[in-house]
Amino acid sequence: MTASTHRLQHLVPATLIFALAATVTWLSFTREPADAFLFPRIISVVMIGLAAWNFARAALGLARVGTGLSTGLLIRTAPGVAVTLVYVFFVAKWLGFYAASWLACVMIYALYDPTPHSSAAWAKRILVPAGFTVIIYLLFNTLLKVQTPRGIFF
Amino acid sequence: MEFLGYFGGVFEPVAFMLLLGGTIGGLILGATPGLSPTMAVALLIPFTFQLEPTQGLILLGAAYTSTVAGGAVSAILLKIPGAPANIATALDGHEMARKGQGAKALHMSFMASGVGGVLGVLLLIFLTPLLAKWALAFGPSHLFWMAILGVTVIGSLDSRSFVKGLLSGCLGFWLSMIGYDDIQGAQRFIFHDALTGGINIIAALIGIFAIPQVIEMFAKGRVPSSISSLNVERQSLMASLRETFMYKRALAIGTVCGSIIGLIPGVGGQIAGLLAYDQSRKFSPDRDKFGTGHPEGVIAAESANNAMVGPSLVPLLTLSIPGSPTAAVLLGGLLIHGIFPGTDLFDNHPQVAWTFINSMLIGQILMVVFGIWISGWAARVSKVPTPIMAGAVLVLSLFGSYSIQQSMGDVYIMLVLGLGMYLLEKFGFSAAPLVLGLILGPIAEANFIQGSMIANAGDGLIDYFLTGTLNLFLIAMVLASMAYSFWATMIHEPRVAASRAAQTKAEAAE
Repeated sequence: MTASTHRLQHLVPATLIFALAATVTWLSFTREPADAFLFPRIISVVMIGLAAWNFARAALGLARVGTGLSTGLLIRTAPGVAVTLVYVFFVAKWLGFYAASWLACVMIYALYDPTPHSSAAWAKRILVPAGFTVIIYLLFNTLLKVQTPRGIFF
Repeated sequence: MEFLGYFGGVFEPVAFMLLLGGTIGGLILGATPGLSPTMAVALLIPFTFQLEPTQGLILLGAAYTSTVAGGAVSAILLKIPGAPANIATALDGHEMARKGQGAKALHMSFMASGVGGVLGVLLLIFLTPLLAKWALAFGPSHLFWMAILGVTVIGSLDSRSFVKGLLSGCLGFWLSMIGYDDIQGAQRFIFHDALTGGINIIAALIGIFAIPQVIEMFAKGRVPSSISSLNVERQSLMASLRETFMYKRALAIGTVCGSIIGLIPGVGGQIAGLLAYDQSRKFSPDRDKFGTGHPEGVIAAESANNAMVGPSLVPLLTLSIPGSPTAAVLLGGLLIHGIFPGTDLFDNHPQVAWTFINSMLIGQILMVVFGIWISGWAARVSKVPTPIMAGAVLVLSLFGSYSIQQSMGDVYIMLVLGLGMYLLEKFGFSAAPLVLGLILGPIAEANFIQGSMIANAGDGLIDYFLTGTLNLFLIAMVLASMAYSFWATMIHEPRVAASRAAQTKAEAAE
């Protein structure tokens, strides 16, 4: 990673955090009743001060702590994160928690399993998550009596 | 000696089974690289909802104790510390295993952990009531400053950057304010329907500690596991026991270092292990043998990281200030059962407090027995393929956060906070101060509001919050922790810059 990329990478989160701190400060000082926002006002003042300091350091290229994100890292994590997002935000309620969990585990196992694709490998990728899903079902449904949303399956 | 009256509760069938289950489960989880003790305890909290508060705490306490010790298994046999607290153990432990002394190293590590752990819990037993009585003198202003101190100490010590550590703490405070204000009922920072009830602490803890580790597992990509475990040969237990107690100096140094480090909020087991290892080497006549598979190194490191566990709960149980991220998770576990640490805990729930503390004492002994018994097997579990582990942790996070209030909102909050924390960590922010801010935020705010009401009726805000010996002492501690962090950052950052410059130069040369 070059110095300019490193600086740019630190500048993006520093800007976002500064924007968040500014929004929190603005809301704390403009919303009513004032008494309910007394503590938020104190914290937001400290927060915006620190966020400004952090932003200035990032802009000057002085932010050195943290490895940042490399292209390789993004490529490796993107499929898993995509499966996670789809699993949590869409599939879990649509298919039902247990079916969705099995599917998510199969997907993650298939995406990150280094063994070559073969029928034996696929059998393992399907059966191991199935066994784990049964354990989860026994733990949460039978033992803890957690009523999960019922989707197309269960 | 009040604690002696509450040992019976530990041996009730359900409580004892939970202690046993938590200990064995914790040993296996601890031996698994990539699963931190904090994450293990956070994922266990949903399983305590249906339990009595005492039983829930026994399970969490047992998991906390044994995950720290279990990390020694992978440190010794795989040279991969199961937790940061076991880094120093790997230095000599793995060398011993390579020399064919793996079983001896494991026996010694669990025996040393047991000695350190028992003495650490005894310190917890004798210090806690004294400090709890002292805490009676604390008014709202003192509790407000204590909460601020908790965040600044962890923000300063647990983070490599002064600004980012404190900023993480502020983000945690802000997250704790989302939802309805307790006194006026006013809406604060509710940007989405899922935030109406505020941010549930347990969902947040699961997200912040579990999701970044899942993504770290994704980051390894499709790489075949290169972990090779060393075989464990047979070894006489009595011989190991005799040899462990031959190294009394290392045991004493480890226990003392661990106990002192544990009492300081935010310092943690990693520092305890490394400091004890370093001190033990300095005082040893065989200092040249350290790093080559010398038992003293294993004994010092392991007695220290388990001696830290008990004292790290002293500030939590007396002043509601968690001494470590795992202690913060335990605080979350207490709060969901409606129990507030401090004098309330010891005056109104002595059964809960003492049974929990006693269970940690018994848990240390169980940890030694079962640790030695299952360590070879735990090493095999630690080689479970990363994608299976990632999927399992993700699914447990979803079910755990949903089961809190049977709400999808908590699941969304868990995931969003987890993804956010992963990105923040990549840019040098730290999870511990953020979590402390989230947990201590309501305590700080409630005491600030209460204090300001008292101040308005009397001397005014400045006099009430900024004068008085205890207030001034706490403010001085806040400032000292920040000054230390600022100084440490000034030393650390140029080193990072120098190493990055050297790396860039080497890459350019290639």
